[in-house]
Amino acid sequence: MASTLPRMDLAERLPAWEGVRRQTDYWLTVYRRTWRGSVVSSFLVPLFNVVAFGVLLGGFVDVDPARLEGATSYLAFVVPGMLAAQSLQTAVGETTYPVMGMVKWNRVYYSMRATPLRTSDLVAGHFSFILFRLATASAVFVVVIAPFGLFATWWGAVGAWAVQLLIGLAFASITYAYTVRLRAEEGLGLVYRLGVLPLVLFSGSFFPIANLGPALEWVARLTPLWHGVDLTRMLTLGTVDWPLALLHVVVLVALVVVGWWLSVTGLAKRLAD
Amino acid sequence: MVDADGAGAGDSAVEGLGEPMIRARGLRKSFGEFEAVRGIDLEVRPGEAFGFLGPNGAGKSSTMRMVAAVSPRSGGDLTILGLDPGTHGAQIRARIGVCPQDDTLDNELNVADNLYVYGRFFGLPKREVHERVEQLLAFVQLTEKSRSKVEDLSGGMKRRLTIARSLVNRPELLLLDEPTTGLDPQARHLLWDQLFRLKQQGVTLVLTTHYMDEAEQLCDRLVVMDKGRIVAHGSPMALIREHSTREVAELRFGVGEHDALAAKVEDLGERVEVLPDRLLVYSHDGEAVIAQVHERGLQPAAVLVRRSTLEDVFLRLTGRTLVD
Repeated sequence: MASTLPRMDLAERLPAWEGVRRQTDYWLTVYRRTWRGSVVSSFLVPLFNVVAFGVLLGGFVDVDPARLEGATSYLAFVVPGMLAAQSLQTAVGETTYPVMGMVKWNRVYYSMRATPLRTSDLVAGHFSFILFRLATASAVFVVVIAPFGLFATWWGAVGAWAVQLLIGLAFASITYAYTVRLRAEEGLGLVYRLGVLPLVLFSGSFFPIANLGPALEWVARLTPLWHGVDLTRMLTLGTVDWPLALLHVVVLVALVVVGWWLSVTGLAKRLAD
Repeated sequence: MVDADGAGAGDSAVEGLGEPMIRARGLRKSFGEFEAVRGIDLEVRPGEAFGFLGPNGAGKSSTMRMVAAVSPRSGGDLTILGLDPGTHGAQIRARIGVCPQDDTLDNELNVADNLYVYGRFFGLPKREVHERVEQLLAFVQLTEKSRSKVEDLSGGMKRRLTIARSLVNRPELLLLDEPTTGLDPQARHLLWDQLFRLKQQGVTLVLTTHYMDEAEQLCDRLVVMDKGRIVAHGSPMALIREHSTREVAELRFGVGEHDALAAKVEDLGERVEVLPDRLLVYSHDGEAVIAQVHERGLQPAAVLVRRSTLEDVFLRLTGRTLVD
């Protein structure tokens, strides 16, 4: 019986950071050929979004600030929502087609698995690269919107930036776990149609979830993106409700932990067959 | 039972050459209900070239993936370099090279970068990897393609690059799964030459193939696998001696006539095999068989006398041809 045999790599003592360090050159090489595209998506796209939706469209939104969850203008309300939504999109973008490529099209993961690297090293290396992408993309976003005077405090700006890593990692790990189990790439379209799109539209990024009505408002509160949006908004506006902020962090960390476990087990199973 | 007493244990020719590189006892692999490997025993000694010969689906690749310490076994014992792949997978993988059936190269990286990043996975220092990449590119004759994108390489070049990649950590044991499948004859001979050189340097080679000429060219010893079991083992020459005659007379008659004509030539050799397109008469003197066929008034459209090959061994043991 397979279950009575020792698990692969049980006795290995290679430290986790060493496994990640050995993959640095690989991911640097990957980034050297893709960074030009990511400059457009992480610098110009947020700027266009902030100008179009926040400033120009937002200029038509004449609303009582009391209904904007503490924001003084629609621009101040929508920008943190857009920041969190961008982190979701970056994370999903890095864990759908690129991951599918590595397990199915060019099968690079299979070649990496033939080296001393363990499955958990491969996931950790990939997640480190995603963290780097999230860190740079959200840093650019924060810098781009800083001149609009939307951050109440400097530590709020730093906090909002740091929270993006958590939001992104939560969505990256869950999406990664899904992608490594997927045989046909058609399933990736569902992530965008049934996951990303409704989350971005209805998790409080663009309008207060109170507008959804009592029942749907609770549905929105259950979505992971709402926790990220609300946390980012508290930090940006300087209206931190600490117990609620702690709850947001706990929810996102729980997603990371569960997602990590599902990612490692999913990849191990995929690469063993 | 041939598969019960194993390939290595009884082979006195390789006894006493040191600890085995690979030792398997009752090794099994199942995928759900399907048993891909059904209890095989074998030993591979240092410095030898060992082959798994068999048709597609015989269990060769499943065995190789267990030996490569990436696929957990479903039963039996297995040690690679004296270590258990179930508990020491990373240590084993650090010391072996794997050339998989499909190239798994990173198409978007250039030739040299494919080797460089791979060497780094083994924890080799940067300078050492750079030197190693140059040596390996020269060895597989790809130095001029160093900056080319992988997707622009021919099939044979990609295969050579994959072999170079599998050598980046100076492995003691090199596993090659169907190394020349899909290559043209010239590319195959170039690759065989490179594998010979590695063998001369003392690298232990383990390869799977469904080409009998490849097995005969490269392997000191091989096992014939069919449906997850080992059905024969030995050197190519010994297998041919044991399971076939020296020569084979091939008789080609009209379409659909072979079954009926088999009875008329049955007594001319030790054995007759009926294939859809020809009759094979196994005999120690092929020319004499042809002469007698003509004496009996039979008029085959084409005749050929050749030496027995591993293909004949496989046909004898399984009743089927290697390549469908």
